[in-house]
Amino acid sequence: MFPILIVLSMLEMGSGYVLEELERTYLENPTLLVLVPVMIGMGGNLGAILSSRLSTRLHLGLLEFDPRNEVLWTNVTAILGLAATVFSALGVAAWVVGRIIAEPMPLVDLFIISIVSGMLLSVIAIVLSLVATYISYTRGLDPDDTTIPVVTNLCDILGVIVLSGVALVVLN
Amino acid sequence: MEARQTAWRIYRESLPILVVSLAGGIFAGSVLGSEGMTNGFERFPGMLLLLPAFLATRGNVYGALGARISSGLHQGMIDPEFSWDRRLINAIAASFINGISVSIFIAVLSWGIMQVLGRESARLVELISIMLVSGVLTSTTLIFGLLALVFTGYKYGLDPDNLIGPIVTTLGDVFGVVFLFTALTVAGVLF
Repeated sequence: MFPILIVLSMLEMGSGYVLEELERTYLENPTLLVLVPVMIGMGGNLGAILSSRLSTRLHLGLLEFDPRNEVLWTNVTAILGLAATVFSALGVAAWVVGRIIAEPMPLVDLFIISIVSGMLLSVIAIVLSLVATYISYTRGLDPDDTTIPVVTNLCDILGVIVLSGVALVVLN
Repeated sequence: MEARQTAWRIYRESLPILVVSLAGGIFAGSVLGSEGMTNGFERFPGMLLLLPAFLATRGNVYGALGARISSGLHQGMIDPEFSWDRRLINAIAASFINGISVSIFIAVLSWGIMQVLGRESARLVELISIMLVSGVLTSTTLIFGLLALVFTGYKYGLDPDNLIGPIVTTLGDVFGVVFLFTALTVAGVLF
């Protein structure tokens, strides 16, 4: 366990480096920091839901990795709907929090940053879940031990990077 | 039409737990964006560098504890209560040691990276103290909070496997950031 934690911490420093590089942007717009914990966690949550649902249905023989497979599209659609809901709510909530605790930012900016980076992250989470579930399944691995940790950790690392990239584009 | 209804059902089933996790994340974000916290980030350079590692690796440490306890409950090896059971004590001790060690490791790593980049950074002793204080407080709270929730859920017939992920991320977000704020405040007074 411990060696894995060490390697993951090192990978997380990639995200940290992006935060540190953009220190001025984040500290001058502290409302952006409100988005950080959700961006770090939510992609992994969505990926974990999708991965565990896909694995269960694979084992039950209800799912095939075929672009025309209905079960596949149903699950992906539901995840995209959940992402749209959660990240819209986050944009509005962050704006409210920002007005109370920090320097206010325009609602439009925050909403766009939250929804664009959230949806990008969700698409990444979906692709990673599909690839990881497929590989685990073909090799007979347990998704709880392989797919979900891989997807959640990759989404954790990418969350801050995606958020920072989108924030830079929107704010400039 | 069938597919649309199924997608809608998946959406309705998954939304409540995501909303809980979202609320925890927004609370944590409010603490991160607060003036006390941003002052701490300015005062102790290197804190932003280790923030994602601090926020993310806890999920792995305590998620692993949760998974182990969950399997133990399912196999009847662990009873759903706090007792001096050897299995339970070992699982708790392992995650406590992992949690604290990783906290100290990321402090040293962050300091090292700042040195290599040639940036002005907080002193090593400052970063280690901040991570040690927040690590000890977070570990203790998360381990006992997670176990209490999993035991209670199990007694009510809920499958712990479905509870652990969301519980860990939500508790981790909320308490991790609150204790980070505490540690930064303590460090601000001490150093």
